Amino acid sequence: MNTISDAWQWLTDSAHWAGDDGIWHRLTQHLVLTVVCLILSCLIALPVALVLGHLGKGGALAVNISNVGRAVPTFAVLVLLLLTPIGRWSEGPTVVALVLFAVPPLLTNAYVGMRGVDRSVVQAARGMGMTGRQMLWRVELPLAMPLVLSGVRIAAVQLVATATIAALAGGGGLGRIITAGFNLASTPQVVAGAVLVAVFALIVEGLFEIGERLAPGGARGRGRTG
Amino acid sequence: MTAPPDDCLARNEWICGEYLSTRRQIIVDAVLQHLELTAVSILIALVIAVPLAVVARRWALAAGPVLALTTILYTIPSLAMFSLLLPVYGLSASLVVAGLVLYSLTLLVRNILAGLRAVPEDTRQAARGMGYGPIRLLLTVELPLALPAAMAGLRIATVSAVSLVTVGAIVGFGGLGNLIYTGMNTYFKAQVLTASVLCVVIAVLADLLLLGVQRILTPWTRAARS
Repeated sequence: MNTISDAWQWLTDSAHWAGDDGIWHRLTQHLVLTVVCLILSCLIALPVALVLGHLGKGGALAVNISNVGRAVPTFAVLVLLLLTPIGRWSEGPTVVALVLFAVPPLLTNAYVGMRGVDRSVVQAARGMGMTGRQMLWRVELPLAMPLVLSGVRIAAVQLVATATIAALAGGGGLGRIITAGFNLASTPQVVAGAVLVAVFALIVEGLFEIGERLAPGGARGRGRTG
Repeated sequence: MTAPPDDCLARNEWICGEYLSTRRQIIVDAVLQHLELTAVSILIALVIAVPLAVVARRWALAAGPVLALTTILYTIPSLAMFSLLLPVYGLSASLVVAGLVLYSLTLLVRNILAGLRAVPEDTRQAARGMGYGPIRLLLTVELPLALPAAMAGLRIATVSAVSLVTVGAIVGFGGLGNLIYTGMNTYFKAQVLTASVLCVVIAVLADLLLLGVQRILTPWTRAARS
């Protein structure tokens, strides 16, 4: 139990919260990194998934990308990128690796959601004389919204988790507190850092959960895939 | 003094036959450690997950807490998970195994439970009518019928575990992750690329192996499709 009280002591020491290596700075880095990468990966994955889903093509592609994404270790991608010319740009490898890992769940969920829309509803919309574009925006997308959003949620939580590994490759973020703790052989700092990271990830998951509960009927999650 | 050899190792190239031949033993050891960590974790996770899923299926009250707990465990970033277990297990292979077990639980419990829930009520009643007791019903009817869903979960869990083992490099038990980690610090390109590719190869082979096992164990799913 000593480690826990030591970790608590480390956490409550105000000196550890301030400065460039401080918790606030690392938390901000983590948050900015996650948000930037989430926006980038949404911009890449969602248009592709929505169009493919609307056309009803590329399902195998979406699923395969998702499976391959799972098989490639994040850490390996980070280090590989670090050793390429991208590595010279400080946060480059991290951003590229994170976006690569957030795209598969976004793509798969949005595609599955679009394909899951009741075909008779789509046919009814076509019967009413809607154009393809109108069908996509007014019928398919609203009905696919729950799955699209659960993809965003999975991607966001995955990003928070993966951003931690960035610290292994010298990136910023909360993981840095853990790796610094390992380098100092300071178990209390490692545990304190881990608690911070875990709490942060749980808060993000919790916020999405609350958001889903509060959302109007249509956006409420029915289930998730991937 | 002889001139340094001008081979691909000296030039630090990405793809290098010399690396494969001179470091064969190191690579083989890393692969074996990787396989061992993955296999042990998945087996332990299975042993824990099956009873949990069965309990959650039988008593509806237990389902909520079991699912919530495993989901929370899954949300915690891997680096944090390994670090949180540090005071319990120290710098050991058990630490990595424990972390991987906790990760695999979510995927396994969810899928096995979904499989058990999908067993048609008619089937269960027919078996009961034939005089099957609850244990025999579970072992000979419910669990076999839940196999396809369970195997799907097992495949995802295994592929994820193969890639997560690499993060174990932070405590020195990361299989191929160790090679990536040391390769990163010394800018050893051939080592990083070789280890990364091997990780993906292991994940793909494990997935194919499990797919084969699934086909052998569930011959009826093929008969139904053809």
